[in-house]
Amino acid sequence: MLKPHRHHPLWLAYMLHRLSGLALALFLPVHFHVLSMAITRPESLDHFLSLAANPMVKLMEFGLVFLLAVHFFGGLRLLVLEFLPWSPGQKSLAAASVAGAFLISGTFLLRAV
Amino acid sequence: MTGMLEVSVWRGSGEEGAYESYQVPARENQTVLDVVSWIQQSVDPSLTYRYACRVGMCGSCAMMVNGQPRWTCRTHVKRVLERGGLRVGPLRNLPVIKDLAADMDPFFDKWVKAGGVHPPSRTRYQPIQPVRPDDPGRVEANKAIECINCSVCYAACDTVTGNPDYLGPAALQRAWTLFNDAKVQDRQAILDGVSGAGGCHNCHSQGSCTRFCPNELDPLSAIAGLKRASARSFLKQRRQEC
Repeated sequence: MLKPHRHHPLWLAYMLHRLSGLALALFLPVHFHVLSMAITRPESLDHFLSLAANPMVKLMEFGLVFLLAVHFFGGLRLLVLEFLPWSPGQKSLAAASVAGAFLISGTFLLRAV
Repeated sequence: MTGMLEVSVWRGSGEEGAYESYQVPARENQTVLDVVSWIQQSVDPSLTYRYACRVGMCGSCAMMVNGQPRWTCRTHVKRVLERGGLRVGPLRNLPVIKDLAADMDPFFDKWVKAGGVHPPSRTRYQPIQPVRPDDPGRVEANKAIECINCSVCYAACDTVTGNPDYLGPAALQRAWTLFNDAKVQDRQAILDGVSGAGGCHNCHSQGSCTRFCPNELDPLSAIAGLKRASARSFLKQRRQEC
């Protein structure tokens, strides 16, 4: 189990960033392989894409987008933490405003789709 | 609070040892150091541990309490009790001398390596250099001067565990203080000393140092400051070379 000295949000954020990065690194070669099928074996690609309607695949896609989002925001968090000498209060405000902006623009995007 | 506390304490020399259980009377007001002292005074006088001031000034009584590094003299048992019990061990990331006494040498060696000795810019024969308290550098340097060298941050840090050469949060925070000190002449030397192998760029920003610092200091931000300063200095050098 998680050792007691790791029971705090920053350590968990660190681990989540690492694990999401690893998972994305494993995903990318598969992703490129599937994309390459567009040139080499278009029928296989069509068959593969038809699987995307499966609810299980939808759930996996959700997981993938979650990993991407978590890794993206984790990276932004580190950049803000290490390269902007802000006070903790200012950092929270900045994070909140970015999160708010993504929420609004994300909702807009979903409506458009 | 009445009754007995179940306390398991690390006993052993060097790398050999095991936790042993003790029954300690519970008191209404009781620190973890009180519990350890009670065992040493009432059950086993050979129990080895370290303390001096008992009021959070000297930084010598830090131990692992239920898996977390803490200054035991100011940690109330009530705050850390888990299922009526305590597990007290020597600090992580340091060699054990005996029982609860960790060998602090690596910690202090790194402190000195990162700039523990103040390199003055003037001699005693020159007038004192005035420093305004509201100068931004002084304000930044002031943030860390309450460090008591307890090594709690060093014990909390997983980067230290993974890389024995890593200077660790306390030493790097000390370097950040010196870097911001107007009375230090060669600040680039401070930066160069902490930006190589084992330096500030090894930090993974896990934040355990800041989370556990008993004096509520913020080594995480200090190390981030060093990262920024060394990145800026690197870019500046590149520009001059071009």
